[in-house]
Amino acid sequence: MIGRHRHLIGLEGLSREEILEVLDLAVSMKEVLSRPVKKVPSLRGKSVVNLFFETSTRTRSSFEIAAKVLSADALNWTASGSSVTKGETLLDTAKNLEAMRPDVLVVRHSASGAPNFLARHVGCAVVSAGDGAHEHPSQGLLDCFTLREKLGGLENRTVAIVGDISHSRVARSDLHSLPKLGARVRLCGPPTMIPQGVEALGATVHYDLRSAVEGADAVVMLRIQHERIGDPLIPNTREYSKFWGLNARKAAEWLKPSAVILHPGPINRGVELSSDVADGPHSVILDQVQNGVAVRMAILYLLAGGAPEGARPGKA
Amino acid sequence: MNAEAVQRAVRRMAIEVLERARAVGALESLALVGIRRGGVHLAGRLRDEIAKATGSQPPLGTLDIALYRDDLGQRGVAPVVGPTDIRFPLEGRTIVLADDVLYTGRTVRAALDELVDFGRPRHVWLAVLVDRGGRELPIAADFVGARLAVPDEEDVQVRWREAGAAEDAVVVGARRGP
Repeated sequence: MIGRHRHLIGLEGLSREEILEVLDLAVSMKEVLSRPVKKVPSLRGKSVVNLFFETSTRTRSSFEIAAKVLSADALNWTASGSSVTKGETLLDTAKNLEAMRPDVLVVRHSASGAPNFLARHVGCAVVSAGDGAHEHPSQGLLDCFTLREKLGGLENRTVAIVGDISHSRVARSDLHSLPKLGARVRLCGPPTMIPQGVEALGATVHYDLRSAVEGADAVVMLRIQHERIGDPLIPNTREYSKFWGLNARKAAEWLKPSAVILHPGPINRGVELSSDVADGPHSVILDQVQNGVAVRMAILYLLAGGAPEGARPGKA
Repeated sequence: MNAEAVQRAVRRMAIEVLERARAVGALESLALVGIRRGGVHLAGRLRDEIAKATGSQPPLGTLDIALYRDDLGQRGVAPVVGPTDIRFPLEGRTIVLADDVLYTGRTVRAALDELVDFGRPRHVWLAVLVDRGGRELPIAADFVGARLAVPDEEDVQVRWREAGAAEDAVVVGARRGP
């Protein structure tokens, strides 16, 4: 259980306290990753199924490592090479995997709402690993964790999120978590990629990169998806890079010296980030990946660590 | 037990630890590890006493056993996980594992499992302020501050000044909660 929740579908429904519960636990989990033996027995006998209908390197391996460090068994299932290619429906696939009695189902799907749909139909805990343009809660939490660690807290900090806000599930999860921790969020991108009325979620909108990143404590650069290019949203990558990409010159002139740059990956080098910035002193992109394992350990521990209702605690 | 009795017990335990360490040539390799949360205070006190007697401070570590518990599947909510902090290699060390109350032995079992995942100490000795009986596992302490026979329905609470108590004390009373 994360607070009142049996599943983790998004951060929209999580309170500040529930978010902090995961982040605080992740601090202890990160310590486990630095031990000589990176394994603790807390989820022994539990199993985690990774159900990925979309490709992924980081998120899937991160959940897999997190499960294994906690001694749970992890099974990876990917759409290609499965019965989905024979026409099996989402619900049938999930029901069949559920019959193998997993404790947690980690789901990534291109359709917004797929994890929520599964949570209503299966008996185990469901964790969204990203659904369509809805949310990517574990990424949002690891962004919060990394920012809290690097900035020493989020209260009154300014975070700029730059890129395709409309289609980004990362932006949405960040937007549903950072303000709860006291951060001010600025959104920036081409006008065609900023949803109307997004200010209602507690963010300010900037169409000019400089005004968005100047004075910010952190900048989250989003990936520009190839399928959007040439689409009427943006004409080509060169133009995007010129107006919305960060390179060493802009970073040196506009960013606070202490500012950190995040990116959920995979990076389009030379489009939203130049290589010298992605690998430069502001970048905490690889810290994000490391923290991702700790945050996902915390999520799995909270959702799979408790007992079925009605069990009685023994003596300590 | 009042503050004076707690202090006397800690001092005596420290002397016993030193005697035994001297006997096996482990004075140099001595280190203390406290089991969170009450054991951390006992470990700190033992270290101070040892430092007073020998003039050198043995290293001190903290162990949180939440991730090694054997009752995870029986509890409604996953237990809170605190920090573990052991910054010295355990190889060849003589570890004094400290806890405030020894009861079923399950906490010590979990702590031993966790400790050996950090390395292979030469000895592990167990020091507890109170042994209240009621063991469910074959575990015994090497150094005991006080032995109290406390029935299962009752609770032993150790109050430490470091944890905000006005005075150190050991209190036996009705069990709080389930």
